[in-house]
Amino acid sequence: MEAIILQILNGLDKGSAYALIALGLTLIFGTLGVVNFAHGALFMIGAFCAVTLSRILTLSHTIVDDTQTDFLGNPLKVDVPYVMDWFGEATGSAIIDWAVPLSILFAIPVMIAIGVIMERGLIKHFYKRPHADQILVTFGLAIVLQEIIKYYYGANPIPTPAPAAFKGSFDFGAMLGFDPNIIIYPYWRIIYFAFAAVIIGAVFAFLQFTTFGMVVRAGMADRETVQLLGINIDRRFTLMFGIAAAVAGLAGVMYTPINSPNYHMGMDFLVLSFVVVVVGGMGSLPGAVAAGFLLGILESFASMREVLAVLPGLNQIIIYLVAIIILLTRPRGLMGRKGVMEE
Amino acid sequence: MFGLDKKDTRLLILVAILVALAPFLLNPFPEGSAMAQFNAGYPDLMQRFVIFGIFAIGFNILFGLTGYLSFGHAAFLGVGSYAAIWMMKLLTMNVIPAIFVSVIVAGIFSLAVGWISLRRSGIYFSILTLAFAQMSYSLAYSVLTPITGGETGLQPKVNDPRVLDGALAEGATPKANLFGLEMGSSFEWSVGGWLFTFNAGYYLAAVVMLIAFYMSIRIFRSPFGMMLRAVKSNQQRLNYTGLNAKPYTLAAFVISGMYAGLAGGLMVAMDTQVGAERMFWTASGEVVLMSILGGVGTLIGPVLGAGAIKYMENILSKINKEILHQWFAFMPDGIEDILVSLVYPFIGKGWHLTLGIIFMLVVIFLPGGLVEGGQRVARLFKRKKPAEDGPDGKTTPAE
Amino acid sequence: MGILEVKNVGKRFGGLQALGDVNLSVAENTVHAIIGPNGAGKSTLLNCLVGKLIPDTGSVMFDGQSVLGRKPFEINQMGISRVFQTPEIFGELTVMENMMIPCFAKRDGAFTPNAFIDMFKDREIVERAEQMLEEMNMADARNDNAATMSRGNKRRLEIGMCLAQEPRLLLLDEPTAGMARADTNNTIDLLKQIKDERDITISIIEHDMHVVFSLAERITVLAQGTPLVEDTPDNIKGHPKVREAYLGETQDAA
Repeated sequence: MEAIILQILNGLDKGSAYALIALGLTLIFGTLGVVNFAHGALFMIGAFCAVTLSRILTLSHTIVDDTQTDFLGNPLKVDVPYVMDWFGEATGSAIIDWAVPLSILFAIPVMIAIGVIMERGLIKHFYKRPHADQILVTFGLAIVLQEIIKYYYGANPIPTPAPAAFKGSFDFGAMLGFDPNIIIYPYWRIIYFAFAAVIIGAVFAFLQFTTFGMVVRAGMADRETVQLLGINIDRRFTLMFGIAAAVAGLAGVMYTPINSPNYHMGMDFLVLSFVVVVVGGMGSLPGAVAAGFLLGILESFASMREVLAVLPGLNQIIIYLVAIIILLTRPRGLMGRKGVMEE
Repeated sequence: MFGLDKKDTRLLILVAILVALAPFLLNPFPEGSAMAQFNAGYPDLMQRFVIFGIFAIGFNILFGLTGYLSFGHAAFLGVGSYAAIWMMKLLTMNVIPAIFVSVIVAGIFSLAVGWISLRRSGIYFSILTLAFAQMSYSLAYSVLTPITGGETGLQPKVNDPRVLDGALAEGATPKANLFGLEMGSSFEWSVGGWLFTFNAGYYLAAVVMLIAFYMSIRIFRSPFGMMLRAVKSNQQRLNYTGLNAKPYTLAAFVISGMYAGLAGGLMVAMDTQVGAERMFWTASGEVVLMSILGGVGTLIGPVLGAGAIKYMENILSKINKEILHQWFAFMPDGIEDILVSLVYPFIGKGWHLTLGIIFMLVVIFLPGGLVEGGQRVARLFKRKKPAEDGPDGKTTPAE
Repeated sequence: MGILEVKNVGKRFGGLQALGDVNLSVAENTVHAIIGPNGAGKSTLLNCLVGKLIPDTGSVMFDGQSVLGRKPFEINQMGISRVFQTPEIFGELTVMENMMIPCFAKRDGAFTPNAFIDMFKDREIVERAEQMLEEMNMADARNDNAATMSRGNKRRLEIGMCLAQEPRLLLLDEPTAGMARADTNNTIDLLKQIKDERDITISIIEHDMHVVFSLAERITVLAQGTPLVEDTPDNIKGHPKVREAYLGETQDAA
């Protein structure tokens, strides 16, 4: 029982990331009918938003501290971040410590802007072209985006820690009434899961309860009819692209403390997220979310020592294996609609 | 000739001449000159040109004709490579059995993958092939280590059984050969400032490539090839014309898998080692880039695309900041620095950026790739002359 | 005993009974039209004949053999060719290649991997395709891209491709839908010519009464998934039940 709960918990953080990326992919696919291979790059750019902000916050100027000396006896030079000058030392260092959560505020406008520019500048010219062309051009865009990031940030992973308050782990098992020290879980992972749940809830609520969302949903179901009603669906779809980019970006921002971001993290997640989308059912938002968590958790179960003893290597291939089985037995995925991408 | 019509024969002969003279054509600059870094006429790179040419020709038979976009063809290349290296370990360092078996094994593997993947079409097919390739890659890296060598990969060792060869002396390195002719052996010819290298392995690979290219022309011109184009054009009509699309697409899939296996086998013949990374999905993506860049669905396009990408990978990536400063040295200092910093992101380690941008531009503006570009240029010139027969870009000269 | 015998065929989609209990017999070498208002189940019936749908109940026999459970290409190889509502041709191929494909299908069967002959050196096929283009008055267009043709010519090519297979039964699904009057008349003339010159059974689903009454020898009226009445065109015109169910709603009756 404890082992099962532990594996479910371990699967949650990856599952959350899959679900968020897959959600954005599905939003784009469902609204615009575009298969976006650059979506992983958006996740990666989100992560680098966090890197950028923490670099901005630690921008420093050097002052000479006369009270201390270095080992040569000269006065010690100390780098002092500007934020400490402005807000005082305590507040300033707290701000730096909280760089990752603060990046959320920074990333939302940046990602929406990137998404809107992408859609207006490139994607909209591909609505009428075959899906293969859409895949190819966004694949090219993904390469370009990741190379730009590589140029400015280098090829090595950049550690971006969580705030000190959320470092370390807590005994989740004890809270549930199990024996202590069996289910130990890092704080940040539970935060990541909660964050993902909030974002997913917000997206669904937005689509469900706002007029804007209603129009978008109607447009997803039947674009032409909505346009015939005289509604400018295009502008809404553009904004949806921006929102999808923001969802991917936020997933990236919050993922940085779990895995130090590097320029190719997007591609790694993209391949898996596409598998997730297809398993969930192309064009189904709940399907994308459910499949994301499902596959994340399955992956974590497959990496249990007991499982690997019987089926070595299963953790490496479980997601693909599930995808193949689902695609062959349930051609539309878990919750897919009829007739999507089947021509 | 060889059952080809005049136009195709001309194309084949042209390619044959270009390939045969590649050591000259790709080495236009004298050794030691400032431009010598643009020389591509060294064996290692020339081998890559033709081997990836084969890979792309095969991929084009699937994607170019049937429109099925596979994102997992590197798996067949990798499987072919492993098969070849095992032949070299168990049987002989002669490359013939290695190449032969690599084609067979890749064919069988692609038959299995294709049989399952072709149950679906469109993006689902792409994802299925991707999933199979990633599974192969992961397994090669982990569980299948006894067969694949895992992270370290495989290479022939002195004390491998090699039942057909005599035992090697202790400390000797087993070398790939063709009935005694070592693949690594080269004849170098120095004329004036130029140095031309004629490498045995390159010419073997080149001959294989010409055969592969010839077969692809035959397939393009055959009823079978027409059926494959019909699959891409309108599968519904095909079914209601009494034709079974499945075996046609499966045959195309297996043929292209065998081409990939052939390329994998040749890679091992040239450089006797294999690692799982050549099955990674980015390697599959690369062959997609090659086909699109050159001109998907055309005969010569994939070869051009493979050449262009391998050239960029090997030549563009070698240019560094100092070389740039040399180039722009004639400019005033300030402008020199600006130019260098403008160009620098696109070269050296940034060559992928250039590739990505060129690829996007091609997909957006030139869906027919370099071949279509050549056609457009040819048309521009033809317009000035008295009207001839319709423009024919398929014979656009290579490089 | 007709060449096509449909017995007690029923098909249900969820809660919708698309076909109730359809019995239909198409006699050899006749033109048999199936008409009915929208949603009468005409297309469903057609799809059951060509293997796109499998009926829940009943049997479909073509020339004494059951077509049920066979794939579309197998049914086509039995001798049933289908013309679609919007012309389905190979747009990226030339007109000549379009015509060669059914010739290959007729001679070589559903799958023949003849990858090492030049298709234009196959005299038998080339001659047959050229002859069919000649008959369709399309010889001039042989090297054109099929996608660039007018809708009327696409329809002509599609019918020609079906005839190249020498089918025993030609199924037409609203062959003049969305066509200009001139194209419609051309198509009617073409079909009349086919009917006069060939031993062929034609079954046609049509909305346009002008087309139906110009061509058909027998007419089956379908309403709400069941055949209402089957008779000659003259009797159908005056039939009160039909007027009520169908003709009463349109002005197109003559």
